[in-house]
Amino acid sequence: MWMLENAFLIPLIPALSFAVILFFGKRFIGADRVHVIGITAVSLIWVLSLVAAFQWTQRVEHPSPDAIAQISADGHGDDHADDGDDHAGAAMDSESGHGGGHSSVLISPVVTTYSKWWSNGGVDFAVGTHVDGLTVLLLVVVASISLLVHIYSTEYVKGDRRYVHYYAFLSLFTAAMLFFVMAQNIVQLVVGWELVGVCSFGLIGHWWEEKPNTDAALKAFLTNRVGDIGLLVGMIVLWGTFGTFSIDGINAAISASPGTQHLALLVAACCLMAAVASKSGQFPLHTWLPDAMAGPTPVSALIHAATMVVAGVYMIARLYPVFYDGFSIGTSSINLMALIGGFTALMGAGLAFAQWDIKKVLAYSTVSQLGYMVMALGVGAWTAAIFHLFTHAFFKACLFLGAGSVSHAAHHTFDMRKMGGLKKFMPQTYWTFVIATLALSGIFPFAGFWSKDEILLGAKVGQQNGYPLMLIFGCAVAFMTAAYMTRVVWYTFHGEYRGHGHPHESPKVMTVPLWILAGMAVVGGAFNLPGPVLEPFGLEGLAHRVQTYAEPSVYLSGLGLSHPDPSLSMALIGLGLALSGIIVTYLYFWRKMGPHGLTERNKYAKAGYTFLENKYYLDYLYNDIIVASIKKPIANGANWFNQNVLDKAVNTAGESARDSGRWIYKWIDQGAIDGSVNAAARGADASGEGLRTIQSGKVQNYGQLLFGAAAVLAIVFVIVI
Amino acid sequence: MEATGFDAWVLTLAVFLPLVGALIMMVVPKAYELEVKLIALGSSLAALAVGIYILFQFDYGSASELQFVVDKGWIDIINSRYIIGLDGLSLPLLLLSLLVVPLCLVYSWNHVPSPGNTKAFFVLLLILSTGMNGSFISQDMILFFVFFEIVLLPMYFLIGVWGGEERRYASLKFFLYTLFGSALMIISFLALFFLSKDAAGNPLQTFDMRLLTDAAGSGIVKTTQVWIFAGLFIGFGIKVPMFPFHTWLPDAHTQAPTVGSVILAAVLLKLGTYGFIRIAIPFLPEAAVAWAPWIGLLAVIGIIYGALGCLAQKDMKRLIAFSSVAHMGFVMLGIATLTDFGLNAAVFGMVAHGLITGMLFFVAGSIKERYHTLEISRLGGLLKSAPHMGWILGFATMASLGLPGLAGFWGEFPAILSAYNPGAGLSEELFRTYMVIAAIGTVLAAGYLLWLYQRTAFGEPTEEFADHEIPDVSRNEWIAWVPFLIGIVLFGVWPNLIFNLTDGVVSSITANVEAVVAGR
Amino acid sequence: MLLNQFLILGAVLFCIGVYGVLARKNAVMVLMSIELMLNAVNINMVAFGFQHEVVSGQVFALFIIAVAAAEVGVGLAIVLLLYRNQTSIDVEDFDLMKG
Repeated sequence: MWMLENAFLIPLIPALSFAVILFFGKRFIGADRVHVIGITAVSLIWVLSLVAAFQWTQRVEHPSPDAIAQISADGHGDDHADDGDDHAGAAMDSESGHGGGHSSVLISPVVTTYSKWWSNGGVDFAVGTHVDGLTVLLLVVVASISLLVHIYSTEYVKGDRRYVHYYAFLSLFTAAMLFFVMAQNIVQLVVGWELVGVCSFGLIGHWWEEKPNTDAALKAFLTNRVGDIGLLVGMIVLWGTFGTFSIDGINAAISASPGTQHLALLVAACCLMAAVASKSGQFPLHTWLPDAMAGPTPVSALIHAATMVVAGVYMIARLYPVFYDGFSIGTSSINLMALIGGFTALMGAGLAFAQWDIKKVLAYSTVSQLGYMVMALGVGAWTAAIFHLFTHAFFKACLFLGAGSVSHAAHHTFDMRKMGGLKKFMPQTYWTFVIATLALSGIFPFAGFWSKDEILLGAKVGQQNGYPLMLIFGCAVAFMTAAYMTRVVWYTFHGEYRGHGHPHESPKVMTVPLWILAGMAVVGGAFNLPGPVLEPFGLEGLAHRVQTYAEPSVYLSGLGLSHPDPSLSMALIGLGLALSGIIVTYLYFWRKMGPHGLTERNKYAKAGYTFLENKYYLDYLYNDIIVASIKKPIANGANWFNQNVLDKAVNTAGESARDSGRWIYKWIDQGAIDGSVNAAARGADASGEGLRTIQSGKVQNYGQLLFGAAAVLAIVFVIVI
Repeated sequence: MEATGFDAWVLTLAVFLPLVGALIMMVVPKAYELEVKLIALGSSLAALAVGIYILFQFDYGSASELQFVVDKGWIDIINSRYIIGLDGLSLPLLLLSLLVVPLCLVYSWNHVPSPGNTKAFFVLLLILSTGMNGSFISQDMILFFVFFEIVLLPMYFLIGVWGGEERRYASLKFFLYTLFGSALMIISFLALFFLSKDAAGNPLQTFDMRLLTDAAGSGIVKTTQVWIFAGLFIGFGIKVPMFPFHTWLPDAHTQAPTVGSVILAAVLLKLGTYGFIRIAIPFLPEAAVAWAPWIGLLAVIGIIYGALGCLAQKDMKRLIAFSSVAHMGFVMLGIATLTDFGLNAAVFGMVAHGLITGMLFFVAGSIKERYHTLEISRLGGLLKSAPHMGWILGFATMASLGLPGLAGFWGEFPAILSAYNPGAGLSEELFRTYMVIAAIGTVLAAGYLLWLYQRTAFGEPTEEFADHEIPDVSRNEWIAWVPFLIGIVLFGVWPNLIFNLTDGVVSSITANVEAVVAGR
Repeated sequence: MLLNQFLILGAVLFCIGVYGVLARKNAVMVLMSIELMLNAVNINMVAFGFQHEVVSGQVFALFIIAVAAAEVGVGLAIVLLLYRNQTSIDVEDFDLMKG
């Protein structure tokens, strides 16, 4: 279990790599070869995270005797109080356990390793690692995708004006994300949360010469900061309520006596929800995410699709008892989190129809899928959400990198109207993109099918009550997702090439990562197959691996979290919706081509550019007549709302803050406050000016005054006496 | 417990070595410019060396007690004595002050602002250094007051002679405003002298801070305490500066020469907050409890107000000056909670703000030197013209907006945290409201700082300066800045360096407050 | 009674002196008027000393005479210097202290 106890090495390595690249990269390695350091470091942590994952599975399957003893004693070890010594590195392993929530598999307790970081007024702040199944799962995801993005970027950003900074920031981001994932306490969560935000800022604004990029970067950072108010306040409320910063301590305290701190937890959960909304692109703070596509595409794949944006989802999962209790997920049939998640999923999917920029479609798709995850957590389907996080990371990264590959080939445009027909130029990109699309759409047997199915099932069954509204949202989104992704595939890869120049397949260094990700999109679902699927093959032992290894039953069992039984009918409904989405879209595009029969491609080749325009005209009409009545009002309405209400509100808030700042500065600061200071000085000045006329400098005037005054005084004296 | 041998002299040396240097410089003719500079640098470095010696000799186990104490007769007729000493609260601030001066000397080595006269400039900096160092170690109120006032004069001349276009107005405003505060402060000091009684009820008639801390305002009725505190509050509040006493600050900062701004931000503002923690709260705990909600209110108003002010600025230095108002708001919020947690955060915030805002002023000064303007709309593309400077500005910006892992965060976050549980019978609801407002302030901070950064550093250089050759960071600038940058990272990664020092002192202060409040 | 006449004499002398100080332009005349005022005081001193049968009144008068002599010496010196500088001893011409 060495790796689990020394997990601090994992974020340390990319952090060192960051420092080396930034300070020595240019001078000692050469500006165009710094990726060697980055890739070495990330490969290293990839191996380490796999080792950690393996050791964790071993730990779950073969719990150490003392852990069993703790579990059978059904006591939560009082594990943190005795860290008195303050010399750094005095790490200690503390284990905590709770009664086995699962009947068949013993859940091994969390491994926390920490030492005192700083203390203030008798409160100790620790720095350390908190390793359990969830952590390990995220470690693998982050390390894998980061590694692939590092490799992919060597080609994609080759010759960039800031190659060194690009790799330095990638390393820093990886370090920050891993630090966040392994946070032992909520202060570390806050630290990691902010650090990934800064990396995101730096990478969105990577090409800072152009104003739109820096605007997008600023918007991302500031929107996240708005959420951070919630994060800070929520974390402080948690600390104030439970008197500890330790994640383990907070979770254990809630699961030991659920319901006793309901009000505080409700406040904390609402506050933290704001943070989740900003980081994970949930309504109404999602507007930064599509703009964030201004960054380099590999960055979008890594940060704004697979890892950083799931930080919010991860935080909910990490502190799940807080939300479970705070939002009464177990007993309600609708709650804030499920509602926000469900609505975001629906809204994002609707917006994805209205976009012409391929990255923006994917960005809205990410918003929608993140909403799916949040909704899943909101209905109590913890495992389903995390499983979806896992599968989504791979196929969405694949889609983004595929989009990058397309743009690399097609003259650096992301406008789908300038693409089309790329299938024959870049078959590898095409096939990986299609596989990832099928996975995202949720087609059997690709990864997304299994995870989406579990979410729908979770929404249907719920905990004590089902979540019918969420089920409707989920089903609608399943249909829409398949539809808009088919549209993207159509516009990008089918039809005639509408751009200029000669598109070409990307080199191997870009396609190999695509194939690896596509492979994961195919087999990713195997990590949490339901039991009945495996029974015919006699492999029941491999069912529900994510649930077995990742779910922290240690805490969740205290809350009474249950798992729905697999349901064939639900799976068929979900699959049917996705397939119908694809079929409808396919028919739509196909029927538009109807008059031209089977020689579709040849006709295009012959008809040339005018034909293409014609197609656009038809396309528009078709949309107008058939689909517009349903699609356009919703999507455009959402888009309008998005651009004119929410986005405008954000902008207006900024502007009015600036205006009120100006106003206050002008009238109160300079006018009233500073004015009164100056007025006092002027008053003194004026009285002095008045008095100086008396000061004639003539002795006799002074004498007259003196005697006059003496005379007056004498008269007064006489009268008074 | 008085120090003996060499230890008895170290603090005196640290304070007066710069003054000795200044005296020697005065007799050296102006023509020997290099010698003059070397004497200045040498004496300030010698003081810094003494500071480092203190750092090693300091007994960290008993950081809550005064060390290197000297107690000698001074002005017997008013019972004022030469008492100096150093504890965990003074140590970080003394070192900050000792460090800043030589770096400022290096920074202005060949760049003494117009109208030149290196000798006078350096002499004033050294006198300033003596005043600042002395304030942080005085344990006698009259001695403290003298040092506190010594600081004013050199700063007045630095602004008034070497400042910008409106230097006369700014320097006079600075001088009169702070002097006004000092006048009220000395009245409060005298009231404390005459009214304080010891445990047995005998009048103390002393300026000894140690005795007054022990007395903790006993023998003074609460209403009188509140009035005495009001005098101290205005005196220190102007120096901090707290809303609404802050209006001198933007003018002074904008007009001051670069190193003047740096010292003003890094050390001078801390005299005010230091006064609150060292004098106002421990001497008058009951009044402190009565005043705390108002201090907290003004602090959070300052946070939001300073941030809004920043958004409206067109001048970079003025913007940074307003950001000081906001940042010192966090410090004052920490103080207002009257918890050891909050006071620790406040001291940390003081050091962090000193380093970060000092750094920002350095960069602003260098920009001014190169572009001859600080008007934000005329700047732009700094990252392209002078990449290193652009990066340093970005780094300082990030530190200033409270990025975790850099020093600013550990001043801000614990201050907000401490407002959740205010001490000594203060209203929880009120302070939790303050907490939320302060948290909103962090968003605005990010807003104005990043907006500043976007307009100055990102993008292409404006047409006006497109053809200008903008030299990147020079050697002297590197020497002056690197210690600041290291400090920002070091304290950010390892905040215990400061918390460890101050914890003991502030817990004894707050314990005292709690005891007094509970006892009456 | 005798005292009253002395006091009236003193008051008359004093008033003449005050008039001279305030109204005359010539600096020498002003000095002389000051002498008148001083001597008016001297008369009062002596008169009161006589009335109360104490010697200190006359002693004071002697002191005042001595001081007045010195004062006239210094005053004349100043007037002389003024004349050398400005070729005028008109007090109206000297308003350097004007605010």
